[in-house]
Amino acid sequence: MDVGTFCAQSRVLIVAGKGGVGKTTMASALARMASRGGRSVLIVELEGKSGITGAFGMGQDLGYDEVELQAPGPDQGSVRARRITPDDALVEYLEDHGLRRLSKRLVSSGVVDVVATAIPGIRDVLVLGKVKQLERDGVADLIVVDAPATGHAITFLTSASGLVSAARGGPLRTQANEVVELLGDSSRCRVILVTVPEEMPVSETIESAFTLEDKAGVQLGPVIVNATDPEPVGLERSAQEAAAGLDVDPEHLAALEQARLFRLERHAVSAAQIDRLERDLPLPQLHIPMLDAETIGPPETDALATALARAIDALVPEVPAS
Amino acid sequence: MNPLAALVAERSVIVCCGAGGVGKTTVSATFALAAALAGRRACVVTVDPARRLADSLGVQSLPNTPVEIDGDWPGHLHALMLDTKGTFDDLIHTYAHSTEQAEGILTNRLYQNLAGALSGTQEYMAMEKLHELVESEAFDVVVVDTPPTRNALDLLDAPRRLTRFLENRIFRALLMPTRVSLRAVGMATQAVLRTVSKVAGAEIVQDAVTFFQDFEGMEEGFRVRAAAVRQLLADPSTAYVLVTSPRPDAVTEAGYFAERLAERGLAPAALVVNRINPRFGGTHADPSSAAAQLADLEANLAALNEAAEREEGSYAALMAQVAPAALGRVPLFGQDVHDLGGLRRAADFLFS
Repeated sequence: MDVGTFCAQSRVLIVAGKGGVGKTTMASALARMASRGGRSVLIVELEGKSGITGAFGMGQDLGYDEVELQAPGPDQGSVRARRITPDDALVEYLEDHGLRRLSKRLVSSGVVDVVATAIPGIRDVLVLGKVKQLERDGVADLIVVDAPATGHAITFLTSASGLVSAARGGPLRTQANEVVELLGDSSRCRVILVTVPEEMPVSETIESAFTLEDKAGVQLGPVIVNATDPEPVGLERSAQEAAAGLDVDPEHLAALEQARLFRLERHAVSAAQIDRLERDLPLPQLHIPMLDAETIGPPETDALATALARAIDALVPEVPAS
Repeated sequence: MNPLAALVAERSVIVCCGAGGVGKTTVSATFALAAALAGRRACVVTVDPARRLADSLGVQSLPNTPVEIDGDWPGHLHALMLDTKGTFDDLIHTYAHSTEQAEGILTNRLYQNLAGALSGTQEYMAMEKLHELVESEAFDVVVVDTPPTRNALDLLDAPRRLTRFLENRIFRALLMPTRVSLRAVGMATQAVLRTVSKVAGAEIVQDAVTFFQDFEGMEEGFRVRAAAVRQLLADPSTAYVLVTSPRPDAVTEAGYFAERLAERGLAPAALVVNRINPRFGGTHADPSSAAAQLADLEANLAALNEAAEREEGSYAALMAQVAPAALGRVPLFGQDVHDLGGLRRAADFLFS
């Protein structure tokens, strides 16, 4: 599939995955990849210190206001980023509903906590409501949302439909409904799950995928399998066999053999998990090889964007159901 | 004595924390196993174990109850899989003044949402379970695996948050209109109530009020309990073990967690770096000097050794940050750890 086609499929891409699978790194790489085609991209961060700014070579943490991570140029679009926390979204929501005067008091008195506890999901709906608003306003050609870790992501993406059935009226229900509409419309929004070829992340990805489709009604894009193990080359024969007739230090030979067996074993574990994912989850996969890096900076983000583009190019375009 | 071995021999609570996906569950179980090997009565609270590990620990079929694992160790090893909802239900039963009150809450739709969806609830319930096990005095040491937190604050904040919630003045004022009349409620509270109705819908406010009414009279019990949990988390016999993998993002998150601990005057007793690429040694480092038929093997050895070296660089700063915490390293094994044999191998690296 052409990368341009991939990027044009929907304006919002929600990137979700278990902690530690490189979700934020992949969100950055997707943004970088899309920007190369001249698209403007906005990355939305929702929690914690994610390292998005670092991936584009900037030091500071994100705040509510937008930061430009990459300036637009002749061969690339701009990449901007901002952080939207539930409290930010709530205060803005109250202000938009003519409650500017009360908004601070509601937050400081803790009544917001009570309401958010009584109506679980309200925070998530407000955050997604803000994303929906950004999408409607067309603030960028592509909005990449770095979602909370799965588990939390399921709650995050299903809260709106939960709220629609719980709230019988009021503007919040309207808000929730609009979020449900956004999530359910594949021409506006898709969810990209990120995983690594290990047991727990693969199991969680399979479960999340089905839950998200069933409960949140979202359209799932291809699954990113990050940090795949390179295919072992020339490791079929044992070190002893390969060194036949050579004068090799026995200690070194033992190290060669141990390293060979280790690589083969790790690769088998990783390949078995990829097979399982393919068997149990009928979604196309984008394989991103393990990156040899101590930190993630602009060169790494660029390399990952190239790897993603290559994997997308190799995807067979979906044939529309007839 | 190895400082990690001293930890499992002396402490009564060990809290393993860190980013998701670093193998916290495995490390927690390894600490409990080491305590049993040292002759202690140990229990590990697992939050979200991988299925194969859960099966081999035997906790899958009986959530929320310690299951004894037999083995040739002088102490006792128990494992428990946390059931968040079940733990919350037990608390309601404990503090309700009547069966009717308990039933009213347990069947309340908002309560059912609350136990499952409220951020911080799982964290609080893990701590609550820990407290319960410590109180039972059935164990010398309880090791607790922590949920993959949305942010590092959730875990330490959870008891405080619950207390704050229960002590909230406006929450109490919300109960007033049904008790007496709306007039008895202050103007400011009325304004707040109206605002909430306007934003969230009047029916939701009514639902919430019903829930809080059902809950009335139980706040005190919950408050006392949360204070006790908070105290336990700050107790000197409680040790925090920071778990990370050598991946840059996990290391960053572990550093962030250490900062949060420090803000509360706590320090990690140990740092465990899990799944480190092993070094394979070898006597000549330059693969280009090797014989042609060994080229691929040499390249593989060099690549693995380089990866190990690079990883050391990734957590060096974290080690300095948490000094003088004890350092433990568990190598990445050929097969992922999913049974007692695997835990024993990991224990060999940490405790001997």
